[in-house]
Amino acid sequence: MNPAQIYSQPAVYLVVAAFLLATGIYGLIRRRTLIGMLISGELIFAAASLNFMALNRFTAPDQSVGQIAVLFIMGLAAAEVAITLSIIIAVYRNYRSIVSKDLNELKG
Amino acid sequence: MNTFPFSDWLVAGIFVVCVATTITGALIAAFTKRIIRSVAGLAVCCLGLAGLYYFLNSPFLALMEILIYIGAVCVTIIFGVMLTEPDEPTPENFARPYPVIAPLVSLAIAGGIFLGIAKLSLSGHWSAPATLVGDGSVKAIGVALLTTYSVPFELISLVLLVAILGALVIARSGRTKE
Repeated sequence: MNPAQIYSQPAVYLVVAAFLLATGIYGLIRRRTLIGMLISGELIFAAASLNFMALNRFTAPDQSVGQIAVLFIMGLAAAEVAITLSIIIAVYRNYRSIVSKDLNELKG
Repeated sequence: MNTFPFSDWLVAGIFVVCVATTITGALIAAFTKRIIRSVAGLAVCCLGLAGLYYFLNSPFLALMEILIYIGAVCVTIIFGVMLTEPDEPTPENFARPYPVIAPLVSLAIAGGIFLGIAKLSLSGHWSAPATLVGDGSVKAIGVALLTTYSVPFELISLVLLVAILGALVIARSGRTKE
């Protein structure tokens, strides 16, 4: 493998995507506020999109399928962020805190 | 023979910069204490990711990544940070129950996932397709969105509409009560 052609190796993109997924999961475990967990979730979304794009570029016969899938992922991620932030704001208004440990009672 | 013999290395250098930007942004997003730095790390990560999309023959998605993730998602999260408390709890308020074991276990889980998937990616045989039926241009994407994928396209607009209305309703409900 010619090191100058590193950008045409699918494994490079897949390893970067695996790194993004691992960082996202680490953040999801370690973060203690809801916004931090949301950001880690976005990293996991990014990992999925990068996987879609890499496999689309190197193995799919139709080059536009993966791009459309990633567009849909972006749309869903935007919707998810809007909903999540409104829930976070509602939670903060009721509890005066967005630390996940504080949110330990259910209304029943 | 190429007129500029080092142009390949220049392109490879730009690629390495993109990969480094992505990884650095992800590390900043996951490891800093202050949430606002974490958001900035996410923005840096998305910038690098846009570069990677460009290398994957999709300048359209690179533009969309910058527009949607940096321009919309990160800014929205910053608004969320502004409206709630900005930081992780300090150790005086919240002592972590396992200050040594827990980071090690989380690192082990994340490292295991990374090593496993990386090993799979490196050992897989990613064969090129025999025939290319589409070139992946913006025109092809537009045609596919309005013919083959028209139903998901309409559904996602519905999802976005419902998400906007739901976000308004949820964030508003607490305010009318008082």
